[in-house]
Order: sequence, then structure tokens, then C-alpha cells
Amino acid sequence: MAKITLDNLAHSYLRNPKSEDDFALKELNHDWADGEAYALLGSSGCGKSTLLNIISGLLHPSQGRILFDGKDVTNAPTTERNIAQVFQFPVVYDTMTVRENLAFPLKNRGADAAYVAARVQEIAGMIGMEATLDRKARGLTADAKQKISLGRGMVREDVNALLFDEPLTVIDPHMKWELRTQLKSLHHSFGHTMIYVTHDQTEALTFADKVVVMYDGRVVQIGTPEELFERPAHTFVGYFIGSPGMNLLPAEIAGTTARIDGVNIPMASGYGPLSGKLEIGVRPEFTRLSATEGLPVRIRRIEDVGRHKIVRADFQGTEINIIAEEGASIGADMTKVTFDAAQINVYANDWRVQGEAA
Amino acid sequence: MEKTVNQKAWFLVLPVLFLVAFSAVLPLMTVVNYAFQDTFGNNQFFWAGLSWFSDLLHSDRMWSALGRQMVFSIIILAIEVPLGIFVALNMPKKGFWASFCLVTMSLPLLIPWNVVGTIWQIFGRVDIGLLGYTLDKLGIPYNYTQEFYAAWATVIVMDVWHWTSLVALLAYAGLQSIPDAYYQAAKIDQASRWKVFRFIELPKIMGVMMIAILLRFMDSFMIYTEPFVVTGGGPGNSTTFLSIDLVKMALGQFDLGPAAAFSLMYFLVIMLISWVFYTIMTNLEKREGA
Repeated sequence: MAKITLDNLAHSYLRNPKSEDDFALKELNHDWADGEAYALLGSSGCGKSTLLNIISGLLHPSQGRILFDGKDVTNAPTTERNIAQVFQFPVVYDTMTVRENLAFPLKNRGADAAYVAARVQEIAGMIGMEATLDRKARGLTADAKQKISLGRGMVREDVNALLFDEPLTVIDPHMKWELRTQLKSLHHSFGHTMIYVTHDQTEALTFADKVVVMYDGRVVQIGTPEELFERPAHTFVGYFIGSPGMNLLPAEIAGTTARIDGVNIPMASGYGPLSGKLEIGVRPEFTRLSATEGLPVRIRRIEDVGRHKIVRADFQGTEINIIAEEGASIGADMTKVTFDAAQINVYANDWRVQGEAA
Repeated sequence: MEKTVNQKAWFLVLPVLFLVAFSAVLPLMTVVNYAFQDTFGNNQFFWAGLSWFSDLLHSDRMWSALGRQMVFSIIILAIEVPLGIFVALNMPKKGFWASFCLVTMSLPLLIPWNVVGTIWQIFGRVDIGLLGYTLDKLGIPYNYTQEFYAAWATVIVMDVWHWTSLVALLAYAGLQSIPDAYYQAAKIDQASRWKVFRFIELPKIMGVMMIAILLRFMDSFMIYTEPFVVTGGGPGNSTTFLSIDLVKMALGQFDLGPAAAFSLMYFLVIMLISWVFYTIMTNLEKREGA
């Protein structure tokens, strides 16, 4: 168990990166607090796995340092870092039994046989594979194999950190819940530092204390699920988290008023003079249809998802989504949209601007 | 549901039947014919029964040739399989050098067999061959035309030079199919290099290695051209392997009856061993499927 510090870390897969665009992982400074569970969230190819492989030592970063509890391990090989990592696709040792698979990392570290046996039994219970312990791993189903991979990741108690690289991709949905719950309870009982990479927001929000959102090789926001939902620091976070994502509209900002195409929209906070590409962002949850006031829109479609309705509307080519109560009646004359003044965020060049309470 | 019965489809098999009959069955039947008869010329044949076979089974000459053949095949398998795997493990995985290695290693496989023999025949000569001359100057007694060990060493080294590439290429292909994640997981699990080989690489190349062993066994068991060119089976009979002996018997002494019996038994032995291999291989696959 350790605090992991990233110091000016960056990585490029090219030998001589010229511009910032050549970096798969842009310069990053961050502390992963000891014993905390993090989710690393982002779309495919945003550098999540790169970051994970750098922490575990499978990749050597182009620049910067990695420290475990203040000790520089940038040049230490994976074996010395004592890290557990579970990969997206199951890796099992085909010729071994399930039991031997689970015992493998312990035996490689020369653990005592009685301890290994007890620990393997415990882990097998956790992943629900006690009955198949003496079967050969070859020929098991993909999700059984992935459970073994997870088990191998969890079997060592003294690891500095547990890293998961989209480990539940190949697992059945109902099993996903169960395993995720197991991982959480494991975290509670042992207090390992855990980093969990995923592109599934539900997975990230339910698993982690803190969610780290990455976009285009950069960490755009680190926060609790609540912070990510209410105050997305970057338009990508707004778009990526939530279903549907945040509505973004180009606007002129003057004090506590946003002006879109001649319509004034009141906001709860005030802003000084801003420059660059200005937008307001409002979650569909805080957007309402109205017959009398607001932005004139064209309603394209209404989707009933059971718990609520999603109204898909269009304002001059920009999509606006509105979440309406399941029971709400939507009249033919309700062709205008209003926003909850307290829930409007202002973005300049995609980054959120902190307003002052008016 | 009634199936349409159309026996005419059998006619489509006829061309293949004719081809196989002319290229394989008829020649083989000729050999069978010779194996049970004797002749003193004039195309007159006499029934000989099983006497050629029983003669053969009591012939020291055949048994010693078979012994030499076995020793030869076992030695080259024992060298080529581990060496081939070792080479494959140390080849670059991608980039220019991977292609370079592949092409270089394929070269011996592309050389006609009698040319391979000629290359080593000249290479090993004490008067003009680079290898023979060098060894001679170093004071190592080496003369493959006169010494037993020199002749065997030459024939074995030649075969290793010629065929290790095949094993290496097959092993390399097997290794290339292992996803990176396996090696990464092994690092995470702190597995030693030996364990990576034992538990990841070896199981993955097992199937393809069985094929390599089968191919190399059959080929070496039937080896003729290269030792014939280099040593001609000598000195004495020391490198007279089964097929060299067979040709001597059939074309040198013109003993067609014993030679025919010899080839039939040779054929059966190879069939038997291939069948054993095949059974082991399919069992391995079944275990994989289970």
C-alpha cells in the first residue's frame, strides 16, 4: 500500500515527439492517495491504459518520474514495484489448474505453502470458483477465465496498488455487478490503493471514491461523482458523464445574463468580461420545456425510457436534450426551453469559468 | 423427408481415382508383386511366398541400417527441436531485423538437397574446403571419407544446418500468436523467465512443435540425397541409412525381391510411427477442447 506520485509525467509512443500532439499522455502531476479507490474514465484511446502501464512499469515514460511513497521507482522493473494488474482480456495459464493459477503470484514470491493454500481458498470464495478449483484453466468460459485473472490480481495482500484495465468488459452484466461489489468490499477490508480504468460511466461512478476523467491524453477533472455531475470542469466531462450528456450552447456572456440569438437567459452567478469560445452548459435534468418563455426550439422526438422522458429538441442545428417527468404532459405549444438559473455553467474555450454569486 | 438419390455423383470421383491409381496404387502394387516373387530373367517369375521377408528379418545388414537410422533421427531431433525453439525465442519480434532473420533462415530450406550435399562435401574437404582445411590446420584430425566420427559429425551438422530453420520458423509462428497481455501478466505475477517459457510459451507452441517433430522425423527417417552426396554411405557402412541401403540393394545389386520386401516394411514402419504421432496429437487437441 502506497501513495503514488506522478511528477511531470508524460509519454509518447514516438521516439522523437515534436509537438504536444505527439504525446499519448500529456504532462501530468498527480498524487494517488494511499488506500483510495480511483476510477480512470475516458473514451477509447485517451491515454488511460498508457497511464496504467506506466504506473505498473510495463511502459517507461518519455519524461517525468513516478514515486511510491516518495521513493523514485521510474526505472524500477515491474517485479520490484509489487503491483497487481488485471487486463481487459483474460490471461490464464492454460496448463495449470484454477488453484495453481491463483497460487502462481504467491509462489513466485516464495510464500509459505500453508498460507498460499488458505489464501487461494479465500480468493476462490470471493470469485465464486471453489467448485472448479481443481479443473484445468484451459477450456473454461471467458468470464470464468476473467474471474481467475481478477483472483490472481487480488491474491497478494501486500501489493502497493491494484490496477484494473477495463476488467469487466467480457463479463456478463449480472456478474459485473457482483464482481464490482466484491472489488468494493475488498477495498473496504484491505484498503489497497486501487485504480480502475473504464469507459463506462456507471462502472466508474459506482466503484470509485474519486473519478479521474481523461480526454485526449490529459486529465480534465478529478472529483467525486457529484462534482462531476454538477460542475463539470470541461465540456468533455459534461458531455461524457450523464445520459444524455450536458447541453452546450454558444452564448454571449454579460454579467448574470447569457444571450443567445437575442434571447436573454438569467444565471445565478455573474461573470466578468470573457474572451474565446464562450458556451453555456446545462444538464438535461435542469432544462424545462415551456410554452411562454425561453429559447424557441423544434422538438424532434420524445423517448420514453420508463422512469422519465427524454425530449430531443433542436435549436438552430444544436441538439438540446430535456429530461421531463414521466407523468408530465407535453403540449403541442410547448416549443420553448428554459434553464434552471443555478445550474448553468459557463465555459470559455471548453474550460469552466468560476462565476461569482450575484 | 425423402432425400434425392443420385448415384451419378460418383462419376465426379473418377478422375481422382484414376490419378491416384496411376501415381500411387499401381507402382505400389508392382513393388508388392516383386516382394512375393523371384525371377531369373526373361520376365519369368516364381512364387517366393514370405521368404524375402523372413530373410530380411534375419539380415544383420538391415538391422544395423535400421539402428543407424534410428540413432541418426533421434540425434537430429534432439538437436534441432531445442535449438529451433531457442533460435525462435531470440529472434526479433517485429521490424526490419525480424524480416531479415526470416529471409536469412529460409535460405537453407530453398537449396536443392543434392546441392546441400555438394556444399558440405566441398566445405569439409581437407584440401580445398574451408571447414576441412581449417580443422586440419588446427591439428584436429578430420576426414569424413575415412573416419567414422568425422563422417557422422558432418552428416549431422549438415542436417542441422539444413533443417533447424524449419523448426525455428514454425516455433516463431507459434510464439507470434501469443498476445502481449500474457507477457505483461507474467511480469505482474513476477514470473521468472523460465516460468514464462514453461507456462506461457511452451503450451502455446506445443501443437505446432508436434507437427515440426513429425515432419522432421519422417524426413530424417527417409534421408537419402545429402549423405549419399557427401559420404556415399561410408566410410564402410557407417553412414549407410535405410534408404541408401535400399537403393544399393535395388539398383546396385539388382536384388529386386528383397528390395521390394525392404521398401514395404520401410513404408509400414513410417506409417506406424506417423499414426502414433497423429494419435498423440489429436488427443492433445481433444484435451485442449475439454
